Amino acid sequence: MENKQLSFYEEARGNGISRKEFLKFCTIMAAWLGLETSGVGQIVKALETKPRLPVIWFHFQECTCCSESFIRASHPIVASIVLDKISLDYQETLMAASGVQAEDAYKTVMAKFPGEYIVMVEGSIPTENEAYCCIGGRSALQILKEAVANSKAVVAWGNCASAGCVQAASPNPTGAKPVHKVISGKPVINVQGCPPIADVMAGVVVHLLTFDRIPQLDGLGRPKAFYSRRVHDTCYRRANFDAGLFVEAFDDEGAKRGYCLYKMGCKGPVTYNSCGIIKWNDGISYPIQSGHPCIGCAEEGFWDNGPFYKHLPQIAGFGIETTADKIGVAVGLSALAGVTGHAVLTNIRKHREIANAPEAGSEIENPKEK
Amino acid sequence: MRIRSVPMREVQVWELPVRIYHWVNALCILSLVITGYTIGSPPAFMKGTEAYFNYWFGTVRFIHFVTAFVFFFNFLVRIYWGFAGNEFSRWYNFIPLKRCQWKEILTVIKVDVLQITNRQIDSIGHNSLASLIYFITFLIFLLQCLTGFGMYSAMSKAFLPHLFAWVVPFLGGDIHVRQLHHILMWGFILFSIIHIYLVFYHDYIERRGVTSSMIGGWKYIEEDVILRHENRTEECPKN
Ligand code: HEM
Ligand code: HEM
Ligand code: SF4
Ligand code: SF4
Repeated sequence: MENKQLSFYEEARGNGISRKEFLKFCTIMAAWLGLETSGVGQIVKALETKPRLPVIWFHFQECTCCSESFIRASHPIVASIVLDKISLDYQETLMAASGVQAEDAYKTVMAKFPGEYIVMVEGSIPTENEAYCCIGGRSALQILKEAVANSKAVVAWGNCASAGCVQAASPNPTGAKPVHKVISGKPVINVQGCPPIADVMAGVVVHLLTFDRIPQLDGLGRPKAFYSRRVHDTCYRRANFDAGLFVEAFDDEGAKRGYCLYKMGCKGPVTYNSCGIIKWNDGISYPIQSGHPCIGCAEEGFWDNGPFYKHLPQIAGFGIETTADKIGVAVGLSALAGVTGHAVLTNIRKHREIANAPEAGSEIENPKEK
Repeated sequence: MRIRSVPMREVQVWELPVRIYHWVNALCILSLVITGYTIGSPPAFMKGTEAYFNYWFGTVRFIHFVTAFVFFFNFLVRIYWGFAGNEFSRWYNFIPLKRCQWKEILTVIKVDVLQITNRQIDSIGHNSLASLIYFITFLIFLLQCLTGFGMYSAMSKAFLPHLFAWVVPFLGGDIHVRQLHHILMWGFILFSIIHIYLVFYHDYIERRGVTSSMIGGWKYIEEDVILRHENRTEECPKN
């Protein structure tokens, strides 16, 4: 590892990126982070002067889709600078080093930058039996706890690290838990999504670098800049939702007209993400734009709240395709049946009572005369 | 002609606020169940038109939200009346903390549900079992408001819904909140079926004029029951 810490800007220039491209990148980031115009200057200054962030990037129980997403960030600066430099420190998938050298790299970061380095985590942590995920003979939990102890902050990439994702789906055989459930004492930024949008990931890194503090988070630990609105709130099909125009089948006329995908199971109304604005793959499209309902990938438990193509989730423990409405109708009908049975019984009783009542007539007392 | 002679007196059980609360509440629930179910399963009655000309689903949601506000404040009024109203509407009726309330619950189950004995139920207001069920319903009201306003906080800048913003992270996300909100709707439907039946049942069996009591406020109560109520020995807030 070199002694002088180069800044992002210096690294970028060294990689053949022009000043114009660099400024463009800073402007985009400022826009996505929701900063004022002056924010651009702050980002430029930070990237020009501050040494890069020391980062340790772990892969636990995951599929690497977060890294895959990250290296496809729409602006090459993110990939070539942020990721190249990160890999110098420690990033299991992308680093050149392996074995002892790899271990050394990450120990060096911890020793050289205590209280400064950021721990970034991809994947969930098994707790049922820690042996389900081991690196270099140590369990994910041990490694994470040790690394987090002296870190500045923790970034949980994706649904796995933020909420457990598919590994934590019922019956969760490994006892997979997200980062914030197994560590304490450090701020955790949950960058949700399966995977998170590359530009959102870049935005979080730039924010950490520029402002030296963690971004504003929502109640579930997600950066507000990117997760304060539902996919539904920024969806271009929203007008069709309000108009009550719904796709009923993937090949019907509504689908061709671009109606709302709500009845095809769209989870946009319950999913907080930036898909409708930043979009994917260089801003080309996002699932709904391509005619597919949102599956809620940025939300806890989205695997267990399927099926993906039905609005109402099935209820666990009641068999496939059993929704609240089916159970409700069954219970409601039983109640009606019970009530009817009760009414019949009551009438039998009442008739007996009436039959036994003395025939009254002249002997009636008039209370007023009493 | 069959004539019964039972010495009865009229007792005012439900004061005006309780009656207004009750019917506003019933209307709100009717509206919320219909609009809520429609939000969950919108019918497909339009095709081949463009969004520009229509807004019916938005209107259904709007009605749901407006009614929700009425429902919420009406509920608050009832809670207030649980501390300010007469002895039959006070909060302590609804929470069975006393032995005699539990005793009455058992009796009511024997008499009204299982129909194995024919004893007289002494309570003048709600009987203890009914009160307990109302208490559970009030909890469901509360949960429905929590989940509803929790979801609503995401689309509102207003102060009130934001008091409920914590519900979403507490339950782990909107998916869970919405699911719970939807399931609870069936709780309302179930309650209404049984409640309306039981009102008719009690009117039929006890002949105290229960149905109209929620309209006029008065019930006919047997004189001996009133006497026992006034000279009750066990210090029990009910009966
Ligand atoms: C009797 C009480 C209520 C019933 C039966 C009821 C029922 C429902 C149902 C069935 C849904 C559809 C859920 C789905 O999509 O599957 C719904 C949606 C909703 N309800 Fe309620 N609800 C009630 C009270 C409230 C209250 C007090 C609020 C507070 C504001 C509220 C706010 C909402 C919201 C925000 C939605 C989501 C609508 C959307 O985003 O499109 N509800 N309700
Ligand atoms: C959606 C429909 C309804 C709901 C949710 C509902 C709810 C309630 C609640 C919560 C109470 C307790 C009142 C209190 O003291 O705070 C109550 C009592 C009562 N309700 Fe309803 N109600 C509904 C419909 C009806 C209907 C249709 C009737 C009559 C035909 C009715 C008649 C009564 C009567 C008579 C009482 C007093 C019961 C007693 O004296 O023990 N309700 N209802
Ligand atoms: S397609 Fe999905 S996100 Fe878009 S308006 Fe319809 S329900 Fe909302
Ligand atoms: S549209 Fe929904 S499921 Fe698709 S990527 Fe965005 S948040 Fe995930």
